[in-house]
Amino acid sequence: MSTTAPKLELGRVGEIVPRADGIPKVTGEFAYSSDLNAAGMLWGHTLRSPHSHARITGIDLSAALAAPGVHAVLTHEDVPGEKLYGLEFQDQPVLAVDRVRYYGEPVALVAAEHPEQARRAAELIRVDYEPLAPIADAETATEQEPLHPDRPTMGHGYRDDPRPNIVRSLVIRHGDPDVEADVSVSGVYEVGIQDQAFLGPESGLCVPDGEGGVDVYVATQWLHVDRDQVAPCLGLKPEQVRIHLAGVGGAFGGREDLSMQIHGSMLALHTNRPVKIVYNREESFVGHIHRHPAKIWMEHRATRDGKLVNVRVRILLDGGAYASSSTAVTSNAASFACGPYQVDNALIESLCVYTNNPPCGAMRGFGAVQVCFAHEAQMDKLAAALDIDPIELRLLNALQSGDTMPTGQTIAGTLPVAEVIRRAAALPVPEQEELPRDPLRLPGGSGNTTRGEGVKRGVGFAVGFKNIGYSEGFDDYTAARVRLDADGSAEIHCAAAEVGQGVAGVILQVARTELGTEDVTLAPHTTATVGSAGSASASRMTWMASGAVRDACRAALEERDRNGGGAVDVERIYRHPRTSPLDPETGQTTGERSHVAYACAAMRVVAEVDVELGLTRIVWIGTAQDVGKAVNPQAVTGQIEGGAAQGLGLALMEEIQTRDGLITNASFTDYLIPTTLDMPPVVSELVEHPDPDAPYGVKGVGEPPTVVSTAAVVSALRVATGRELTRVPVRPDDIVGL
Amino acid sequence: MFGMRIWLRVNGEPVEADIWEGESLLYVLRERLGYPGSKNACEQGECGSCSVMLDGKLVCACLVLGAQADGHEVVTVEGLSEDGRLHRVQEAFVVAGAVQCGFCTPGLVVAAADLLQHRPDPSDDEIREALSGNLCRCTGYAKIFDAVRLAAR
Repeated sequence: MSTTAPKLELGRVGEIVPRADGIPKVTGEFAYSSDLNAAGMLWGHTLRSPHSHARITGIDLSAALAAPGVHAVLTHEDVPGEKLYGLEFQDQPVLAVDRVRYYGEPVALVAAEHPEQARRAAELIRVDYEPLAPIADAETATEQEPLHPDRPTMGHGYRDDPRPNIVRSLVIRHGDPDVEADVSVSGVYEVGIQDQAFLGPESGLCVPDGEGGVDVYVATQWLHVDRDQVAPCLGLKPEQVRIHLAGVGGAFGGREDLSMQIHGSMLALHTNRPVKIVYNREESFVGHIHRHPAKIWMEHRATRDGKLVNVRVRILLDGGAYASSSTAVTSNAASFACGPYQVDNALIESLCVYTNNPPCGAMRGFGAVQVCFAHEAQMDKLAAALDIDPIELRLLNALQSGDTMPTGQTIAGTLPVAEVIRRAAALPVPEQEELPRDPLRLPGGSGNTTRGEGVKRGVGFAVGFKNIGYSEGFDDYTAARVRLDADGSAEIHCAAAEVGQGVAGVILQVARTELGTEDVTLAPHTTATVGSAGSASASRMTWMASGAVRDACRAALEERDRNGGGAVDVERIYRHPRTSPLDPETGQTTGERSHVAYACAAMRVVAEVDVELGLTRIVWIGTAQDVGKAVNPQAVTGQIEGGAAQGLGLALMEEIQTRDGLITNASFTDYLIPTTLDMPPVVSELVEHPDPDAPYGVKGVGEPPTVVSTAAVVSALRVATGRELTRVPVRPDDIVGL
Repeated sequence: MFGMRIWLRVNGEPVEADIWEGESLLYVLRERLGYPGSKNACEQGECGSCSVMLDGKLVCACLVLGAQADGHEVVTVEGLSEDGRLHRVQEAFVVAGAVQCGFCTPGLVVAAADLLQHRPDPSDDEIREALSGNLCRCTGYAKIFDAVRLAAR
């Protein structure tokens, strides 16, 4: 190999590189999954259950079939293969058979020439429901009739909990969980249901190939696992179903589960026409899983000088009607329940139950968000009880490399908890702006009709951490394929889903770094030309895609050297260090590690609260984050700013509201997400300590800011109001004390 | 389902379409006329992703009927660049890193271009207020503010 790398103007690992898809996205040319068209295309529509729990006693399709423009009306009887699917457990019907278990569950499908014809025909389908009492209260779900009598998540190496409606029941016993200490603080914390609220609604185009197979162009997070769920339900071989990534309008976990993939394919194969399905916003709110609502009981025991001795936790997660990825969320919530602190003794019980509430699964932060809100409230409470500075208390207990997690895992990689705390705490906060001022800058904005007489300021702080990559023994890998042409140009194939996070850029930067050329292109993401990349989830894709593309590039160069030049085409699979399951009885790791690696973040927040009106304004956010090595620093700060916004949303405004399992606010009128008027400036410090196990030392960066920001925002509100604020989103009533 | 024919001007070009009376201008642009740049994020006037200029005024195309645009002039995100050169707002969004998934981007670009046309040197509060009808779920808006300030220079 050459000893002097060719000089590149732009584009290696560590440099700021503009997105390759930036220009098509600003001009409107970028093709998202809802933008696709094909000759002879029909529109699909999904009829959904208006009940959260009901028996189906009959379905009459005749009026719908006779409606104008209609080409197909399908029910569960038309599912050609397996009737059930699921991301991890096959517990969810493609179309409801004789029972619906949640509000919005798909019951029937229509294909018509115009979307309005399809919608109107769906209204003409007569479904006879016999409503059943919904299980809407997670706390009593294990005392109710089973929603899934065959217990689809039982076994699989999990603890056997004989009660009905258990998705997963996990207990971690660490050290002596009964040990007492000088001081104890307790609290009960609640987290509402958060929605991913990605802007690009679920959508896609399914095109029959004329030979019984189908091509699906869709916005998703994991192409190959979509294929592995779609093909059996269609009664097809995997290679007869080709999943192609269409432009993705955000994901945040909400596209891990299938939405329209099987439905659109059924309609396309039935009509032998291309079929497009596009959800509207209301359908999107009921059409994907959400962040688990949680109730968390915590007790922290510590010495008088502030050293944590014992942490006792009980976590209850409402999984809703189907399992999705709830078993992993249950485990994550337990793993991170003590926070990034060294604790020698702990008892952590984490339970997820089936109910008739909206199904929950993956959302950015994945179990760590809920417990961070609780453990950071507890740390502030403990600091107050001990009269110790809350930042000093966190530093005193900060976890570091070489320490032991409650699961018995020794942290092998980098984890600079104390450093992120110090660097976030050192960020200068802005001075308080004088009153009176432009009402736009009062809590509540121009809706605040006072002169600011009730405004109190608070500065809050929080620390959080999360795993990177899939855990508990999962065979987690990413494939990449590199084609070098004789002219020196390269084409990279990798199915890593570009969901907006920038992994396409990461792949190009790695390839340019390894190949020493700028002449690199990324082929379309598809199941047709390369192996699985795994999911764009768990903050794993940068690490995994970097490893796979690096290895494939190096292998391609070696092969070309061996051949003495010419074109080469090689595919390589990258695996991160192996993980092991948790012991079902003790929750202890059965190998060296159950999580691959960890990343942490600390955040300081300045809030102003109008304590008379219950209105808030977040003035400033400063954060320091453990990023390993920033591949593209601009993209990294973009992830931090966006992740902080989602956590701020959960702290202040975002909640899917339900009544007896029915969603009552499925719109952007009633489900609020932060706007330009809600988001303050965000100062980001990137703490770079390359992880020894990771390619280039990279760590995922998407989740830590979301994990920590909800806790940090509420910490600031507590300082401003003097109230405990144990539930998010914090409501005006909570601030005023109504 | 063709109820009527409309004639309008899109990005300077005269176009006609056979539409059903209930179709929004957004649907007509995206599905009838081949301008998918304006986005269908909420279709209820809350997110701004479908922002277009209708006779020089910023509107949500999802809240305007296609029939109401008959005889009028529409400029979409596809019409902002001239002679193959990006509009300065488009260029600034790319340079500042204001694009992630990009689904909100067309609407934000149109809204920001409209702001700068009326207020060439807006204050931070004016930027925040002018863009408060455009939701973005990826960026936290910081780099969008950077982009608008960059374009205003």
